[in-house]
Amino acid sequence: MLTLKRLTKRYKTGDLALQEVTLDIPQGQVVGLIGPSGAGKSTLIRCINRLVEPTAGTVQLKELNLTSLSQTALRRARRHMGMIFQEYALVERLTVMENVLSGQLGYVSFWRSLLRRFPTPAVQQAFAVLDRVGLLDHVDKRADALSGGQRQRVGIARALLQNPDLLLVDEPTASLDPKTSRQIMRLITEICAERQLAAIINIHDVALAQLFVQRIIGLRQGQVVYDGAPDGLTAEVLTDIYGAEDWSATIRKEPVEEPPVAEEEEPLPEKKLAVAR
Amino acid sequence: MQWKKPPFIANQWLRYGLLVGVVGYLVLGLNSIEVNWIRLWDGLPRGWAFVSGFLTPDFLSRGGDIWEGIVESLTMTLTSTVIGVLISVPIGVGAARNLAPTPVYLVCRSVIALSRSFQEVIIAILFVAMVGFGPLAGFLTLAFATIGFLAKLLAEDIEDIDESQAEAIRATGAGWLQLINYGIQPQVMPRLIGLSLYRLDINFRESAVIGIVGAGGIGATLNTAIDRYEYSSAAAILIIIIGFVLLAEYLSGFIRKKVQ
Amino acid sequence: MPIRDRDGSNIWQRRTSRQQWLSWFGWLLLVSLFIFCWRLMNENTLWMFVQDAPRQVIDITDRMTPPRWSYMERLWKPLWDTLNIATLGTLLGITMAVPVAFLAARNTTPSDRYVRPVAILVIVSSRSINSLIWALLLVSILGPGLLAGIIAIALRSIGFIGKLLYEAIEEIDHSQVEAVLATGASGSQVLDYAIVPQIMPAFAGISVFRWDINIRESTVLGLVGAGGIGLELSHSLNTLAWPQVSLIFIVILGTVVVSEWISARVRHAII
Repeated sequence: MLTLKRLTKRYKTGDLALQEVTLDIPQGQVVGLIGPSGAGKSTLIRCINRLVEPTAGTVQLKELNLTSLSQTALRRARRHMGMIFQEYALVERLTVMENVLSGQLGYVSFWRSLLRRFPTPAVQQAFAVLDRVGLLDHVDKRADALSGGQRQRVGIARALLQNPDLLLVDEPTASLDPKTSRQIMRLITEICAERQLAAIINIHDVALAQLFVQRIIGLRQGQVVYDGAPDGLTAEVLTDIYGAEDWSATIRKEPVEEPPVAEEEEPLPEKKLAVAR
Repeated sequence: MQWKKPPFIANQWLRYGLLVGVVGYLVLGLNSIEVNWIRLWDGLPRGWAFVSGFLTPDFLSRGGDIWEGIVESLTMTLTSTVIGVLISVPIGVGAARNLAPTPVYLVCRSVIALSRSFQEVIIAILFVAMVGFGPLAGFLTLAFATIGFLAKLLAEDIEDIDESQAEAIRATGAGWLQLINYGIQPQVMPRLIGLSLYRLDINFRESAVIGIVGAGGIGATLNTAIDRYEYSSAAAILIIIIGFVLLAEYLSGFIRKKVQ
Repeated sequence: MPIRDRDGSNIWQRRTSRQQWLSWFGWLLLVSLFIFCWRLMNENTLWMFVQDAPRQVIDITDRMTPPRWSYMERLWKPLWDTLNIATLGTLLGITMAVPVAFLAARNTTPSDRYVRPVAILVIVSSRSINSLIWALLLVSILGPGLLAGIIAIALRSIGFIGKLLYEAIEEIDHSQVEAVLATGASGSQVLDYAIVPQIMPAFAGISVFRWDINIRESTVLGLVGAGGIGLELSHSLNTLAWPQVSLIFIVILGTVVVSEWISARVRHAII
């Protein structure tokens, strides 16, 4: 569904961030992108929705060639690619609902968005999505009043409101504690499974990635050096990606069938709004 | 063992050179003040009259003029701030590096530079020459000065925003105006409100000055009072100005706390 | 909560309807206040005059060009005077502002009850009154000349420097003060070792910043007789010598640009 062909990015400073990256990601597949800092992980996902302009190569989403689009067409295409950020990147002074609804910005006119008059289906969907990520009780709180895990849930909700075909996820757990990290990763992968969404997840925590994703891509200095199953990450492969180190503690010994179900981050009230779906 | 605090400027030549330069300037500068001691001696009772005028301010004998001047000052202040803010928002957006294309950026920056380079009084002289004496010239002056002040600070604020929030909005496929409305406005709004209130305060203070050159407001009354050595009336006017500034400061503190 | 049930489905609004009404009402109030002020202000405006403005603009521009460059040789002395007013005024202002700031800062004032309010009052009065008004007063008291200008600049600077400095003093890191206190230091030693080093960069920055502002302000003090280049501006305006006026504007612009550059450089070096 998503195809990258010989994607290359050279920054103005001369740094070669991506070198001829070629990938193909089918629908519904969740891919973990690992690699040392500066390997080009962030650049790669930003080149897909062209927040960073690639220097050469093509990106194709379904039938659409993203790299050749005009600015207007690019905006329309971006609607189909939800993005989730490392430090959540919520607009902190807006409420949770406004943040979630901002996922609809590509669909509504400027005046509607200015007056906060979003179409009813969009609002219904926002309630549904907030229910799904367990934040129905925080609708009117300001984003900066939430905890880290809650903020990332808002970030996920915002991305989902775009009705995306693809999720671009940039270090979703980098600012979270281990338990919340797992909950967020589980939420993302579950949602991808529910909606048959493809996702690319940049992640530093190799063990966490192995736990949740179906495929791992290792990036080193802008080049793909590993592409395969999570179980294929041996000490040699990790050394190839990151450099020499004792990897024995990082590698998953035996495949776990299902990650243990952890309790909720905080007890969610039973009360749920009757959302007409 | 001896210890001495290391000198502030390590280079010995630079240190003593600077010292000689500063002393030389002070000698030259102080010498260029010509003090007329006789005139100064004459002035002492007047100085005393002014100080005692503060203790016995006279609000009444020029009451009508003072009232008229204050009304002019207040109306000028409010209208010029409102119009100034309205104009400075688009100019400020245009003068932000991260939002505006280069030609727009340059135009907006030159407007700001032009507005900031001259004192309000000088601008007032020009506007009085154009539209005649009265508060309209004052209004134009203050509005023009507001644009330079506010647009510059707004532009700097926009350049300092958290880029990731704007990036997230851009990634949803939002248009330029939607980006401003969702990604930028929430981040800069509290400070914009704070700055506007601060400018309201400044405009009131300036409105007391530009009257001296005929641009309306309390300044003209003050000028007359001082020229005629009516220090009790002058003191009354100054007390009113200080009172309004205090009030404005208190109110803006209150409103700023509300919007945070 | 701005979620309403309507026809069994949830409606989301940014504000509750009460908030919405209040917000509309606030805007309405502001707009009507603006219109009211505008009408009051322009009761006596002669719109005939205003309609004439474009012609006046062309007329003045025409008369202002070209600037009378030969007039420059008579401007050097007033320019030097302007520089002196600003610099000496700033120095005088600093010497008065520093003690006031220490008296006004909550953590260094000798008495929160009696001394602090007085210091704050001094600062507010100084800040409220523009240097041009101070000059107007001082010229009337001391007679025209540089001295009135210098004192006017100094009096206005007290409030500016005093306010920023006392805020800086209140924001210092208290643990450093405690550490010096723990050595058994006296009050003045604490000032010297714990407080002054912390506020020094802020102090230098504030002073240079004020100097820059004072250069601008001292260019116009001459309009009321307090010396400097404004005096020449006043003469030229009174004699309608527009080519001289435009030259003076150019000189003022140049001075302001240079002083801003210097102040930016110095502040950059400090921070």
